[in-house]
Amino acid sequence: MQVQTHVDIHSEWGIVAARQAGRKLAREIGFGSVDQARITTAISELARNIYLYANKGQIQIEEVTVSGKRGIKIIAVDEGPGIKDLRRVMEDGFTTSGGLGAGLPGVKRLMDEFDIDSEMNAGTSISAIKWLR
Amino acid sequence: MKPFIRDIILEHKIEIMEEWQKEINKFRTDDSLQNITDTMYENTNREFVNKLILTVQTEGGGDHDELIQFAERLIQLGWPLNYITRGLQEFRKITIETLSETSDNYCKSIEFFQEIEDWIDGIVNLLVNQYSGSWENTVFLQKMALKELSAPLIPVFDNISVMPLIGTIDTERAKLIMENLLDGVIEHRSQVVLIDITGVPVVDTMVAHHIIQASEAVRLVGAKCILVGIRPEIAQTIVNLGIDLGKFPTKSTLKKGIESALELTKRQIVEIEQ
Repeated sequence: MQVQTHVDIHSEWGIVAARQAGRKLAREIGFGSVDQARITTAISELARNIYLYANKGQIQIEEVTVSGKRGIKIIAVDEGPGIKDLRRVMEDGFTTSGGLGAGLPGVKRLMDEFDIDSEMNAGTSISAIKWLR
Repeated sequence: MKPFIRDIILEHKIEIMEEWQKEINKFRTDDSLQNITDTMYENTNREFVNKLILTVQTEGGGDHDELIQFAERLIQLGWPLNYITRGLQEFRKITIETLSETSDNYCKSIEFFQEIEDWIDGIVNLLVNQYSGSWENTVFLQKMALKELSAPLIPVFDNISVMPLIGTIDTERAKLIMENLLDGVIEHRSQVVLIDITGVPVVDTMVAHHIIQASEAVRLVGAKCILVGIRPEIAQTIVNLGIDLGKFPTKSTLKKGIESALELTKRQIVEIEQ
Protein backbone atom coordinates (compact mmCIF):
# COMPACT_ATOMS: atom_id res chain seq x y z
CA MET A 1 0.00 0.00 0.00
CA GLN A 2 1.22 3.46 -0.81
CA VAL A 3 1.40 5.58 2.27
CA GLN A 4 1.62 9.29 1.90
CA THR A 5 2.30 11.58 4.79
CA HIS A 6 1.39 15.18 4.50
CA VAL A 7 2.72 17.82 6.86
CA ASP A 8 1.75 21.48 6.78
CA ILE A 9 4.57 23.87 7.52
CA HIS A 10 3.52 27.14 9.04
CA SER A 11 5.74 27.37 12.10
CA GLU A 12 9.07 26.02 13.24
CA TRP A 13 7.28 23.09 14.90
CA GLY A 14 6.08 22.00 11.48
CA ILE A 15 9.71 21.35 10.58
CA VAL A 16 10.06 19.02 13.56
CA ALA A 17 6.80 17.23 12.67
CA ALA A 18 7.89 16.79 9.04
CA ARG A 19 11.24 15.26 9.84
CA GLN A 20 9.80 12.97 12.48
CA ALA A 21 7.32 11.69 9.93
CA GLY A 22 10.19 11.26 7.46
CA ARG A 23 12.37 9.39 9.92
CA LYS A 24 9.49 7.07 10.78
CA LEU A 25 8.77 6.20 7.15
CA ALA A 26 12.47 5.82 6.33
CA ARG A 27 12.83 3.38 9.21
CA GLU A 28 9.78 1.43 8.06
CA ILE A 29 11.12 1.15 4.52
CA GLY A 30 14.34 -0.20 5.95
CA PHE A 31 16.92 2.55 5.55
CA GLY A 32 20.01 2.34 7.75
CA SER A 33 20.81 4.93 10.38
CA VAL A 34 23.10 6.96 8.12
CA ASP A 35 20.51 7.18 5.36
CA GLN A 36 17.84 7.95 7.93
CA ALA A 37 19.95 10.88 9.08
CA ARG A 38 20.44 11.98 5.47
CA ILE A 39 16.71 11.84 4.75
CA THR A 40 15.71 13.68 7.91
CA THR A 41 18.33 16.34 7.29
CA ALA A 42 17.10 16.81 3.72
CA ILE A 43 13.50 17.15 4.96
CA SER A 44 14.69 19.58 7.59
CA GLU A 45 16.40 21.75 4.94
CA LEU A 46 13.40 21.75 2.61
CA ALA A 47 10.93 22.44 5.41
CA ARG A 48 13.09 25.23 6.75
CA ASN A 49 13.28 26.82 3.31
CA ILE A 50 9.50 26.82 3.16
CA TYR A 51 9.24 28.38 6.61
CA LEU A 52 11.97 30.92 5.92
CA TYR A 53 11.07 32.10 2.43
CA ALA A 54 7.44 31.20 1.77
CA ASN A 55 6.07 31.25 5.35
CA LYS A 56 3.83 28.31 4.65
CA GLY A 57 3.67 25.24 2.49
CA GLN A 58 3.54 21.46 2.61
CA ILE A 59 5.92 18.56 2.83
CA GLN A 60 4.72 15.26 1.40
CA ILE A 61 6.57 12.08 2.12
CA GLU A 62 5.80 8.81 0.38
CA GLU A 63 7.19 5.42 -0.48
CA VAL A 64 7.99 4.85 -4.15
CA THR A 65 8.60 1.66 -6.05
CA VAL A 66 10.00 1.80 -9.57
CA SER A 67 10.89 -1.43 -11.38
CA GLY A 68 11.56 -3.28 -8.16
CA LYS A 69 13.55 -0.48 -6.55
CA ARG A 70 12.15 0.91 -3.34
CA GLY A 71 12.74 4.37 -2.09
CA ILE A 72 11.41 7.40 -0.28
CA LYS A 73 10.19 10.51 -2.03
CA ILE A 74 9.98 13.94 -0.48
CA ILE A 75 7.95 16.66 -2.13
CA ALA A 76 8.10 20.22 -0.85
CA VAL A 77 5.51 22.60 -2.22
CA ASP A 78 4.89 26.23 -1.43
CA GLU A 79 3.19 29.23 -2.95
CA GLY A 80 5.87 31.67 -1.93
CA PRO A 81 7.81 34.27 -3.89
CA GLY A 82 9.62 31.70 -6.06
CA ILE A 83 13.33 31.45 -6.82
CA LYS A 84 14.80 34.05 -9.13
CA ASP A 85 17.82 32.21 -10.41
CA LEU A 86 17.69 28.44 -10.18
CA ARG A 87 21.26 28.02 -11.37
CA ARG A 88 22.71 30.25 -8.70
CA VAL A 89 20.62 28.80 -5.90
CA MET A 90 22.20 25.41 -6.60
CA GLU A 91 25.69 26.84 -6.17
CA ASP A 92 27.41 26.25 -2.85
CA GLY A 93 27.59 29.33 -0.70
CA PHE A 94 24.89 31.31 -2.42
CA THR A 95 22.44 32.72 0.09
CA THR A 96 19.87 35.48 0.30
CA SER A 97 19.22 35.14 4.01
CA GLY A 98 22.72 35.28 5.50
CA GLY A 99 22.82 31.53 6.06
CA LEU A 100 25.49 29.10 4.95
CA GLY A 101 24.07 28.69 1.46
CA ALA A 102 24.45 24.94 1.61
CA GLY A 103 20.79 23.98 1.86
CA LEU A 104 19.61 23.13 -1.66
CA PRO A 105 22.92 21.88 -3.09
CA GLY A 106 23.27 19.93 0.16
CA VAL A 107 19.88 18.28 -0.30
CA LYS A 108 20.87 17.34 -3.83
CA ARG A 109 23.97 15.59 -2.51
CA LEU A 110 22.11 13.94 0.37
CA MET A 111 19.48 12.43 -1.93
CA ASP A 112 19.78 10.37 -5.12
CA GLU A 113 17.37 12.26 -7.34
CA PHE A 114 16.53 15.90 -7.19
CA ASP A 115 14.12 18.01 -9.16
CA ILE A 116 13.28 21.66 -8.69
CA ASP A 117 10.65 23.77 -10.33
CA SER A 118 9.96 27.39 -9.51
CA GLU A 119 8.01 30.25 -10.91
CA MET A 120 8.41 33.85 -9.81
CA ASN A 121 5.57 35.00 -7.53
CA ALA A 122 3.81 31.67 -7.93
CA GLY A 123 5.73 29.22 -5.80
CA THR A 124 8.31 26.49 -5.72
CA SER A 125 8.06 22.74 -5.90
CA ILE A 126 10.95 20.44 -5.09
CA SER A 127 10.95 16.67 -5.20
CA ALA A 128 13.77 14.41 -4.09
CA ILE A 129 14.13 10.63 -3.96
CA LYS A 130 16.46 8.39 -1.99
CA TRP A 131 16.68 4.77 -3.17
CA LEU A 132 17.06 1.86 -0.83
CA ARG A 133 20.24 -0.06 -1.52
CA MET B 1 -35.20 30.72 30.86
CA LYS B 2 -38.93 31.16 31.20
CA PRO B 3 -40.49 29.10 34.01
CA PHE B 4 -43.03 27.33 31.83
CA ILE B 5 -40.35 26.17 29.39
CA ARG B 6 -38.48 24.76 32.32
CA ASP B 7 -41.62 22.97 33.41
CA ILE B 8 -42.15 21.46 29.96
CA ILE B 9 -38.57 20.20 29.85
CA LEU B 10 -38.77 18.73 33.31
CA GLU B 11 -42.07 17.11 32.48
CA HIS B 12 -40.48 15.25 29.59
CA LYS B 13 -37.11 14.68 31.16
CA ILE B 14 -37.40 10.90 31.37
CA GLU B 15 -38.12 10.65 27.64
CA ILE B 16 -35.28 12.99 26.76
CA MET B 17 -32.82 11.18 28.97
CA GLU B 18 -33.68 7.77 27.57
CA GLU B 19 -33.61 8.92 23.98
CA TRP B 20 -30.29 10.67 24.51
CA GLN B 21 -28.61 7.66 26.08
CA LYS B 22 -29.71 5.61 23.11
CA GLU B 23 -28.19 8.12 20.68
CA ILE B 24 -24.95 8.62 22.55
CA ASN B 25 -24.29 4.88 22.48
CA LYS B 26 -23.84 5.19 18.73
CA PHE B 27 -20.61 7.16 19.32
CA ARG B 28 -19.24 4.23 21.24
CA THR B 29 -17.36 2.99 18.18
CA ASP B 30 -15.28 6.18 18.00
CA ASP B 31 -11.55 5.49 18.16
CA SER B 32 -10.94 7.75 21.07
CA LEU B 33 -13.66 6.16 23.18
CA GLN B 34 -12.86 2.54 22.57
CA ASN B 35 -10.62 1.89 25.53
CA ILE B 36 -13.32 2.95 27.97
CA THR B 37 -15.27 0.11 29.58
CA ASP B 38 -18.99 -0.28 28.90
CA THR B 39 -20.08 0.30 32.49
CA MET B 40 -17.85 3.34 32.74
CA TYR B 41 -19.35 4.70 29.54
CA GLU B 42 -22.89 4.11 30.73
CA ASN B 43 -22.27 5.66 34.14
CA THR B 44 -20.67 8.70 32.60
CA ASN B 45 -23.53 9.12 30.16
CA ARG B 46 -26.07 8.91 32.94
CA GLU B 47 -24.17 11.41 35.04
CA PHE B 48 -23.75 13.77 32.09
CA VAL B 49 -27.44 13.81 31.22
CA ASN B 50 -28.42 14.23 34.87
CA LYS B 51 -26.10 17.21 35.17
CA LEU B 52 -27.60 18.70 32.02
CA ILE B 53 -31.14 18.37 33.34
CA LEU B 54 -29.93 19.82 36.61
CA THR B 55 -28.93 23.04 34.86
CA VAL B 56 -32.59 23.52 34.00
CA GLN B 57 -33.70 22.92 37.52
CA THR B 58 -31.32 25.32 39.19
CA GLU B 59 -32.69 28.83 39.20
CA GLY B 60 -30.95 31.57 37.22
CA GLY B 61 -28.70 29.20 35.30
CA GLY B 62 -25.54 30.96 36.47
CA ASP B 63 -24.62 28.20 38.84
CA HIS B 64 -22.97 25.35 36.92
CA ASP B 65 -20.60 24.13 39.61
CA GLU B 66 -21.60 20.51 39.34
CA LEU B 67 -21.26 20.50 35.57
CA ILE B 68 -17.83 22.13 35.83
CA GLN B 69 -16.70 19.53 38.33
CA PHE B 70 -17.97 16.80 36.03
CA ALA B 71 -16.06 18.26 33.06
CA GLU B 72 -12.92 18.61 35.15
CA ARG B 73 -13.06 14.92 35.94
CA LEU B 74 -13.51 14.07 32.26
CA ILE B 75 -10.47 16.20 31.37
CA GLN B 76 -8.37 14.41 33.96
CA LEU B 77 -9.47 11.02 32.70
CA GLY B 78 -8.57 12.10 29.17
CA TRP B 79 -12.02 11.94 27.60
CA PRO B 80 -12.05 13.68 24.22
CA LEU B 81 -13.71 17.04 23.80
CA ASN B 82 -15.81 15.76 20.96
CA TYR B 83 -17.65 13.46 23.35
CA ILE B 84 -18.93 16.58 25.07
CA THR B 85 -19.72 18.60 21.94
CA ARG B 86 -21.41 15.72 20.16
CA GLY B 87 -23.27 14.81 23.30
CA LEU B 88 -24.59 18.34 23.63
CA GLN B 89 -25.55 18.53 19.96
CA GLU B 90 -27.56 15.33 20.32
CA PHE B 91 -29.09 16.60 23.50
CA ARG B 92 -30.31 19.77 21.82
CA LYS B 93 -31.70 17.84 18.88
CA ILE B 94 -33.54 15.37 21.07
CA THR B 95 -34.92 18.01 23.40
CA ILE B 96 -36.35 20.00 20.52
CA GLU B 97 -37.69 16.90 18.78
CA THR B 98 -39.32 15.47 21.86
CA LEU B 99 -40.94 18.71 22.86
CA SER B 100 -42.21 19.65 19.43
CA GLU B 101 -44.08 16.37 19.37
CA THR B 102 -46.13 17.48 22.35
CA SER B 103 -49.47 19.14 21.85
CA ASP B 104 -48.29 22.49 23.13
CA ASN B 105 -48.26 24.91 20.24
CA TYR B 106 -45.68 27.17 21.81
CA CYS B 107 -43.14 24.37 21.46
CA LYS B 108 -43.22 24.81 17.71
CA SER B 109 -42.38 28.51 17.79
CA ILE B 110 -39.02 30.05 16.96
CA GLU B 111 -38.93 31.74 20.30
CA PHE B 112 -38.97 28.37 21.98
CA PHE B 113 -36.15 27.10 19.79
CA GLN B 114 -34.09 30.11 20.70
CA GLU B 115 -34.61 29.54 24.39
CA ILE B 116 -33.30 26.00 24.04
CA GLU B 117 -30.41 27.11 21.82
CA ASP B 118 -29.34 29.76 24.34
CA TRP B 119 -29.47 27.28 27.13
CA ILE B 120 -27.34 24.66 25.34
CA ASP B 121 -24.94 27.20 23.80
CA GLY B 122 -24.18 28.52 27.25
CA ILE B 123 -23.20 25.05 28.38
CA VAL B 124 -21.15 24.38 25.21
CA ASN B 125 -19.18 27.60 25.69
CA LEU B 126 -18.58 26.83 29.33
CA LEU B 127 -17.27 23.32 28.74
CA VAL B 128 -15.22 24.12 25.64
CA ASN B 129 -13.60 27.00 27.48
CA GLN B 130 -12.72 24.71 30.29
CA TYR B 131 -11.17 22.16 27.96
CA SER B 132 -9.14 24.71 26.01
CA GLY B 133 -8.09 26.39 29.23
CA SER B 134 -6.67 23.14 30.46
CA TRP B 135 -4.84 22.57 27.16
CA GLU B 136 -3.40 26.07 27.13
CA ASN B 137 -2.21 25.53 30.64
CA THR B 138 -0.51 22.26 29.69
CA VAL B 139 1.17 23.81 26.66
CA PHE B 140 2.37 26.74 28.73
CA LEU B 141 3.81 24.47 31.41
CA GLN B 142 5.57 22.33 28.84
CA LYS B 143 7.01 25.40 27.18
CA MET B 144 8.39 26.54 30.50
CA ALA B 145 9.76 23.08 31.23
CA LEU B 146 11.41 23.04 27.82
CA LYS B 147 12.95 26.43 28.41
CA GLU B 148 14.35 25.27 31.71
CA LEU B 149 16.35 22.53 30.06
CA SER B 150 17.36 24.73 27.19
CA ALA B 151 21.08 25.39 27.27
CA PRO B 152 22.99 25.26 30.54
CA LEU B 153 26.68 26.02 30.65
CA ILE B 154 28.38 23.78 33.20
CA PRO B 155 31.83 24.58 34.57
CA VAL B 156 33.63 21.23 34.89
CA PHE B 157 37.19 22.29 35.65
CA ASP B 158 38.87 25.64 36.19
CA ASN B 159 38.63 27.45 32.87
CA ILE B 160 36.79 24.60 31.19
CA SER B 161 33.02 24.59 30.66
CA VAL B 162 30.64 22.24 28.89
CA MET B 163 27.38 23.04 27.14
CA PRO B 164 25.39 19.89 26.43
CA LEU B 165 22.71 20.40 23.77
CA ILE B 166 19.74 18.06 23.76
CA GLY B 167 16.82 18.07 21.34
CA THR B 168 15.76 20.21 18.46
CA ILE B 169 17.41 23.59 18.03
CA ASP B 170 15.02 26.26 16.79
CA THR B 171 15.63 29.98 16.39
CA GLU B 172 14.60 30.79 19.93
CA ARG B 173 16.84 28.16 21.44
CA ALA B 174 19.72 29.19 19.20
CA LYS B 175 19.49 32.68 20.68
CA LEU B 176 19.46 31.30 24.21
CA ILE B 177 22.47 29.11 23.44
CA MET B 178 24.44 32.10 22.23
CA GLU B 179 23.50 34.24 25.25
CA ASN B 180 24.15 31.55 27.85
CA LEU B 181 27.41 30.64 26.17
CA LEU B 182 28.79 34.17 26.18
CA ASP B 183 27.49 35.04 29.65
CA GLY B 184 28.84 31.78 31.03
CA VAL B 185 32.25 32.20 29.44
CA ILE B 186 32.63 35.62 31.09
CA GLU B 187 31.19 34.51 34.41
CA HIS B 188 33.24 31.34 34.82
CA ARG B 189 36.33 32.85 33.13
CA SER B 190 36.41 29.89 30.79
CA GLN B 191 39.26 29.44 28.36
CA VAL B 192 37.80 26.43 26.64
CA VAL B 193 34.13 25.67 26.02
CA LEU B 194 32.96 22.25 24.82
CA ILE B 195 29.69 22.16 22.91
CA ASP B 196 28.26 18.66 23.03
CA ILE B 197 25.77 17.77 20.29
CA THR B 198 25.27 14.08 21.14
CA GLY B 199 21.61 14.77 21.88
CA VAL B 200 20.83 16.84 18.81
CA PRO B 201 18.83 14.62 16.43
CA VAL B 202 19.39 16.56 13.21
CA VAL B 203 22.21 18.88 12.25
CA ASP B 204 21.12 20.81 9.19
CA THR B 205 22.64 23.97 7.75
CA MET B 206 20.69 26.19 10.12
CA VAL B 207 21.90 24.36 13.23
CA ALA B 208 25.44 24.29 11.88
CA HIS B 209 25.22 27.98 11.11
CA HIS B 210 24.16 28.78 14.67
CA ILE B 211 26.95 26.66 16.13
CA ILE B 212 29.52 28.32 13.87
CA GLN B 213 28.25 31.75 14.86
CA ALA B 214 28.30 30.86 18.54
CA SER B 215 31.86 29.59 18.38
CA GLU B 216 32.93 32.68 16.46
CA ALA B 217 31.42 34.84 19.21
CA VAL B 218 33.20 32.76 21.85
CA ARG B 219 36.47 33.33 20.00
CA LEU B 220 35.84 37.08 20.10
CA VAL B 221 35.59 37.08 23.89
CA GLY B 222 38.90 35.26 24.08
CA ALA B 223 37.94 31.63 24.62
CA LYS B 224 38.19 28.55 22.48
CA CYS B 225 35.35 26.36 21.35
CA ILE B 226 35.48 22.59 20.73
CA LEU B 227 32.57 20.75 19.14
CA VAL B 228 32.12 17.27 20.60
CA GLY B 229 29.68 14.39 20.33
CA ILE B 230 29.48 14.16 16.57
CA ARG B 231 27.88 10.83 15.79
CA PRO B 232 29.05 9.00 12.65
CA GLU B 233 25.81 9.56 10.73
CA ILE B 234 25.85 13.24 11.63
CA ALA B 235 29.45 13.49 10.43
CA GLN B 236 28.40 12.01 7.08
CA THR B 237 25.47 14.36 6.63
CA ILE B 238 27.62 17.35 7.51
CA VAL B 239 30.08 16.32 4.81
CA ASN B 240 27.24 15.71 2.32
CA LEU B 241 25.74 19.08 3.04
CA GLY B 242 29.12 20.63 2.38
CA ILE B 243 29.32 22.49 5.67
CA ASP B 244 32.84 23.68 6.36
CA LEU B 245 33.70 23.01 9.99
CA GLY B 246 37.41 23.12 9.21
CA LYS B 247 37.94 26.29 11.18
CA PHE B 248 37.22 24.92 14.58
CA PRO B 249 38.32 21.79 16.40
CA THR B 250 35.99 18.84 16.78
CA LYS B 251 36.20 15.62 18.78
CA SER B 252 34.07 12.50 18.65
CA THR B 253 33.25 12.29 22.35
CA LEU B 254 33.04 14.58 25.35
CA LYS B 255 35.79 12.54 27.03
CA LYS B 256 38.27 13.26 24.24
CA GLY B 257 37.14 16.87 24.22
CA ILE B 258 37.91 17.28 27.90
CA GLU B 259 41.32 15.68 27.45
CA SER B 260 42.24 18.11 24.70
CA ALA B 261 40.76 21.01 26.69
CA LEU B 262 43.03 20.09 29.59
CA GLU B 263 45.93 19.94 27.19
CA LEU B 264 45.10 23.42 25.92
CA THR B 265 45.12 24.74 29.48
CA LYS B 266 48.38 22.86 30.14
CA ARG B 267 47.02 20.22 32.49
CA GLN B 268 46.38 16.51 32.37
CA ILE B 269 44.70 13.73 34.27
CA VAL B 270 47.16 11.32 35.89
CA GLU B 271 46.57 8.09 37.78
CA ILE B 272 47.78 8.07 41.37
CA GLU B 273 50.26 5.31 42.15
CA GLN B 274 49.61 3.67 45.49
